[in-house]
Amino acid sequence: MQRLLQLPGARGGDQGAASPMLAPEGSAPAWYQALRPEEELQAPPVDTAPEGPPEGHPTEPEPGLRQPLRHDDLKEMLDTNKDSLKLEAMKRIVAMIARGKNASDLFPAVVKNVACKNIEVKKLVYVYLVRYAEEQQDLALLSISTFQRGLKDPNQLIRASALRVLSSIRVPIIVPIMMLAIKEAASDMSPYVRKTAAHAIPKLYSLDSDQKDQLIEVIEKLLADKTTLVAGSVVMAFEEVCPERIDLIHKNYRKLCNLLIDVEEWGQVVIISMLTRYARTQFLSPTQNESLLEENPEKAFYGSEEEEPKAPAPGEAVPALPARKPYVMDPDHRLLLRNTKPLLQSRSAAVVMAVAQLYFHLAPKAEVGVIAKALVRLLRSHSEVQYVVLQNVATMSIKRRGMFEPYLKSFYIRSTDPTQIKILKLEVLTNLANETNIPTVLREFQTYIRSMDKDFVAATIQAIGRCATNIGRVRDTCLNGLVQLLSNRDELVVAESVVVIKKLLQMQPAQHGEIIKHLAKLTDNIQVPMARASILWLIGEYCEHVPKIAPDVLRKMARSFTAEEDIVKLQVINLAAKLYLTNSKQTKLLTQYVLSLAKYDQNYDIRDRARFTRQLIVPSEQGGALSRHAKKVFLAPKPAPVLESSFKDRDHFQLGSLSHLLNAKATGYQELPDWPEEAPDPSVRNVEVPEWTKCSSREKRKEKEKPFYSDSDGESAPGESGTTESADSEPESESQSDSKSSSESSSGDSSSQSDEDEEQEDRGRSSESERSEEAEKRKVEKRKKEPAGQGGSSSEGGSGSSGGSESQASSESDDEPAGPASWRKMPPPSAPKTKEVSLLDLEDFTPPSVQPAPPPTAVSSSLAADLEGLTLTDSPLLPSLLSPASAAGRQELLHRVAGEGLAVDYSFSRQPFPGDPRMVSVHVHFSNSSETPIKGLHIGTPKLPAGISIQEFPEIESLAPGETTTAVMGVNFCDSTQAANFQLCTQTRQFYVSIQPPVGELMAPVFMSENEFKKEQSKLTGMNEITEKLVLPDACRSDHVVAHRVTTAANLGRVPCGASDEYRFAGRTLTSGSLVLLALDAQPGGAAQLVVNSEKMVIATLLAKDVVQALAQ
Amino acid sequence: MIHSLFLINCSGDIFLEKHWKSVVSQSVCDYFFEAQEKAADVENVPPVISTPHHYLISIYRDKLFFVSVIQTEVPPLFVIEFLHRVADTFQDYFGECSEAAIKDNVVIVYELLEEMLDNGFPLATESNILKELIKPPTILRSVVNSITGSSNVGDTLPTGQLSNIPWRRAGVKYTNNEAYFDVVEEIDAIIDKSGSTVFAEIQGVIDACIKLSGMPDLSLSFMNPRLLDDVSFHPCVRFKRWESERVLSFIPPDGNFRLISYRVSSQNLVAIPVYVKHSISFKENSSCGRFDITIGPKQNMGKTVEGITVTVHMPKVVLNMNLTPTQGSYTFDPVTKVMTWDVGKITPQKLPSLKGLVNLQSGAPRPEENPSLNIQFKIQQLAISGLKVNRLDMYGEKYKPFKGVKYITKAGKFQVRT
Repeated sequence: MQRLLQLPGARGGDQGAASPMLAPEGSAPAWYQALRPEEELQAPPVDTAPEGPPEGHPTEPEPGLRQPLRHDDLKEMLDTNKDSLKLEAMKRIVAMIARGKNASDLFPAVVKNVACKNIEVKKLVYVYLVRYAEEQQDLALLSISTFQRGLKDPNQLIRASALRVLSSIRVPIIVPIMMLAIKEAASDMSPYVRKTAAHAIPKLYSLDSDQKDQLIEVIEKLLADKTTLVAGSVVMAFEEVCPERIDLIHKNYRKLCNLLIDVEEWGQVVIISMLTRYARTQFLSPTQNESLLEENPEKAFYGSEEEEPKAPAPGEAVPALPARKPYVMDPDHRLLLRNTKPLLQSRSAAVVMAVAQLYFHLAPKAEVGVIAKALVRLLRSHSEVQYVVLQNVATMSIKRRGMFEPYLKSFYIRSTDPTQIKILKLEVLTNLANETNIPTVLREFQTYIRSMDKDFVAATIQAIGRCATNIGRVRDTCLNGLVQLLSNRDELVVAESVVVIKKLLQMQPAQHGEIIKHLAKLTDNIQVPMARASILWLIGEYCEHVPKIAPDVLRKMARSFTAEEDIVKLQVINLAAKLYLTNSKQTKLLTQYVLSLAKYDQNYDIRDRARFTRQLIVPSEQGGALSRHAKKVFLAPKPAPVLESSFKDRDHFQLGSLSHLLNAKATGYQELPDWPEEAPDPSVRNVEVPEWTKCSSREKRKEKEKPFYSDSDGESAPGESGTTESADSEPESESQSDSKSSSESSSGDSSSQSDEDEEQEDRGRSSESERSEEAEKRKVEKRKKEPAGQGGSSSEGGSGSSGGSESQASSESDDEPAGPASWRKMPPPSAPKTKEVSLLDLEDFTPPSVQPAPPPTAVSSSLAADLEGLTLTDSPLLPSLLSPASAAGRQELLHRVAGEGLAVDYSFSRQPFPGDPRMVSVHVHFSNSSETPIKGLHIGTPKLPAGISIQEFPEIESLAPGETTTAVMGVNFCDSTQAANFQLCTQTRQFYVSIQPPVGELMAPVFMSENEFKKEQSKLTGMNEITEKLVLPDACRSDHVVAHRVTTAANLGRVPCGASDEYRFAGRTLTSGSLVLLALDAQPGGAAQLVVNSEKMVIATLLAKDVVQALAQ
Repeated sequence: MIHSLFLINCSGDIFLEKHWKSVVSQSVCDYFFEAQEKAADVENVPPVISTPHHYLISIYRDKLFFVSVIQTEVPPLFVIEFLHRVADTFQDYFGECSEAAIKDNVVIVYELLEEMLDNGFPLATESNILKELIKPPTILRSVVNSITGSSNVGDTLPTGQLSNIPWRRAGVKYTNNEAYFDVVEEIDAIIDKSGSTVFAEIQGVIDACIKLSGMPDLSLSFMNPRLLDDVSFHPCVRFKRWESERVLSFIPPDGNFRLISYRVSSQNLVAIPVYVKHSISFKENSSCGRFDITIGPKQNMGKTVEGITVTVHMPKVVLNMNLTPTQGSYTFDPVTKVMTWDVGKITPQKLPSLKGLVNLQSGAPRPEENPSLNIQFKIQQLAISGLKVNRLDMYGEKYKPFKGVKYITKAGKFQVRT
């Protein structure tokens, strides 16, 4: 559509079509009239637009003849040297534009004057240029050099206006020039020019959206601007270009909050609505744990107005607590609320509304009340403002009724209010009505019912109906009132009352036989079809309450049947059918009569209904089966209708937005995100934190739903590269290790670690590489023999999908830079399952023995390797309770390039960490590939998210070149999947690294019986239960494959189970010791249902997702 | 943001269009006309209309529709507020916001709209800045312009836009330095049939007219600031001072502006200065009815109530009215069915009343509701809430300004149900 409108051809058409409306009044000024004839000639003769002017338009005298003449006149004036003539000509041209006339053929003459000295002429030329440049792109280019010169002017205002016009000319060819100009202006000395640059950004973006990345850079730069002048405009640009890049706001959040009060009104609105969205992604919901709020001693501190709004030191940032701990508001959250509150007193309705919606969406319940007063104040404003505000109040009053109750009277209706305002006020009054104020409200309603405005009266009657359903105490009063209205002289009122009474009666029909009788009498008088239909339906539905009257009504209706409206006829048929079923003795003939009449009705709906009803109720030979159930069909108890506000649930749209008003998503509407369940790292808003924190947390945020598999977004800081890469390799490594374990039912608890260590050993001993190559060859051969279907998907990375243990180490090899190289690194198959493999692989002829966990201290690599070798057995003795290796395998902590020769990997050993059972023990593998020994390896000042703590490994004094070593450290992840960031220090260097645990590593297996399992599971239902459906691939239908995959994905213990297709696993989270129960029920077809129960809902959700993924491979 | 603006008069002519982005065809207004037709009454045209490709947000001011075209999500109040600001600016520039005034000054209007929005986002909306950029037309200036060929566009650059106080221009100079404050209070009330108050509150504003040289810093204090329940401020007022000391401290804009508006809540008892005795009845099955109203003063604190007007929207079945006022004059418009009685002052000795017969359409059923009476009045030299300005201090400039405060109480939305 937009494109279409820009076609030059369409222009003339619009203008032509509009021209009849534009004939000026007689009162138009003199020069205006002089202008008229020529304006009317503007329709270009070559107009081909579809909506072009009708041929032979009466006010179009011979276009071809006089048009050029008149325009020559203007052109002549523009060509003179006299500014006054030029000005006069330009004024006439602008007047033409203003009226929607086409003046595009003057373009060349006008554009010449772009460098005119007279400032008013110049301005008018700009107006013209901006309007027509799009249509005359080539000629418009002539003017560009003038603006480019202007961009270099020493006067800031001239620079700004040059940029403004330049960016407003929608000519795609000059995009590069615009880009350059914007970039330059963004670093201009003058804030006014920078503001203009911010304005230009969305213009350029709408012209060429490919420039997005570059524009985002400019936005990022301007967001850092500290002047109030720029703030509003750049946030506007941000909202139009990249509203999803919420990460750009972190660093500027506090600054924006503090500047807010001094920004001009328009900017305030935009900033506030953006910050609302931001806060929804960054802070915890203040309404959770509402009851605990009072007991929280810290609340007073944070709630006090005197508190310094300054940023807290990074260390004391409010901890991101798990849900059960008392809620403490993030100081940044508080800062936003405090700094926006004064703006409730702004003179601008838009600002007040913006603050109101911010409070509604972000503030704790106790504080939302402050906005009511300000909103009520807006009700005195223009009626359009009232309209919008009332819509929002209506939505708010459903959720927070108490807030507006003190202002009930402010919503009273005056007879002079426009109807649309009246109806909205009525809506609010209805929402506010409760047990205590209902008498007053009803008295008001009584006044409204006598209004002259019938639409409003109808709405009032419905409002009374709603009050009656909501407040049981007044139901009878309302009903009586409505019954009285039945004797009203206005038929519309009566009809509306009947409809509402019908709804009310449905709730308690038994007591109201009298009313139904009264209604039955009304059928003689009332003519409104809807009301008649309602009465008939009521009588039919409750015919047992009025057994004497009902047949009589049917008799009357049968007589007037042919004259009735369609909906009434349908109800007559209904009534007849119902009476036939309950009282066939009296009504059999009547019913047949009605059905016969209906059979020949003009309306096919009625004919259909009659045919259908006859078949259903009149027993016949064939239709016997149905007619036996006819009573059930017709006289089934029907649920009472619920009278609900149309504003219910509208608050899922951001209040105050266009979408909320329309109750439909408008183009470009940004969803208001739900509160996060766990607060993201608050330290991102600290302005002084080093780069890496920001980046890694940004990734985390972007990939909220799958925090494990965060992709690096290509702009990671150098120090972060290690983390990113390892994250990249994760999914693959997981799949690999799954395939590895898929065929074993019982692998050692330390097998994962041993695999890795062995592999590491392998790397160290390059001499062994040949052997491993041989092993590879064997593997390849063997793979050919494998059934093709099994584990087919796990072959990525080039390793064999042998359905067995061979491919295990390829997960690690993926970390290596080059593909082929990984083959060399591939260790020999080390956890052989079948005899055959063991025979082939000499290395595995180590005597089987159950190996206890290796000591959690650093051991020499060779020793470690030896020890690991011992564990790699297919010993069937290991209890299946013990889980196999961690799914995550071994991951890179620090790449050897980034680490200047020091390569660090880590893996989760799944052993209890000695000293603190709440810690996850992490094995850290160091290897020195540099020339010099690395000394004094230790962990430096950890920068940890709240709640996470680290038990450091003992300092490694020296690591000789080529040597590798392993250390064990403990991390208490606090039952969250947040990354633990810390520094790895050597004597000379510090590296920023982070460990992010897969959710499966945050728990330890527990042993329980099936009965215990069931008992525990029954306690954790509802919110604590996550159910997922999945289809098990062929590869994992067997018992041990499933068990293995699950235990690989998560450190859970298997619960022995009776049935064969049921799998039960149990564990406890490490920090809080909450139970995590996982049940998988497989059906023969491969479909399966996974149920995870845990108090920790986040963990349960993540775990379910992981397990599904592990199983689906 | 705001894509285009169309100005439409009551008869449905689009007499001005302005586009800030690419051009939107006038035909988009057809949706508006459709809605207008459906609404029957100008007041009931929905302010926001959704069309397949655009959203139309409109306001109705001074018999003109300002219809703006929106393409993407934007807070509707943002646009409504802006459109009203445009209308206010026209009012400010041309003394009235009418079709004739806009057509007469179409070039200035266009220049103003150009400055007010950039790419649909408000740029300069403060009237002080705009007046620096584009001089308002005066008779003298237009004469001079037509002779000398000089222009309305200011040749100075708008420095105000750059400063921290965008509402005030630099280098203001007056020979007489004056500062006037008008405290205007309006009573909003609904009085029920029996004369008791259903709802009443006071809405007040302080309008200022400041003609002071240089950069004065003013502070205005009240005798009883606690009265002010809910206040909204001009952006120049320092919010912190108000919060802590209840003093209005500000560097004023030059000229006329609204300093604050406030509300005195209904919790405080509001004195209602007039009472109305009324008896309106329509007889069943006859084509006439009785109409009798009397107005009297009440709790007026010794001041005279003046400028009283009573407006009644009579039911549709009323054909004509034959009334005799004891004071003032009345008119009845048989088309709109509006009866207006211009009473004037109340003298307690002889209460003004209006009596007579109402002619109804014969055969039509009698109206079931009596019309409500809308009453306007004025009381000079009184702020009904009791608000009093204590003192005005000026800092930052040496001269001694002349200061004045005026109080006035008016009826706002004052309605008597009958």
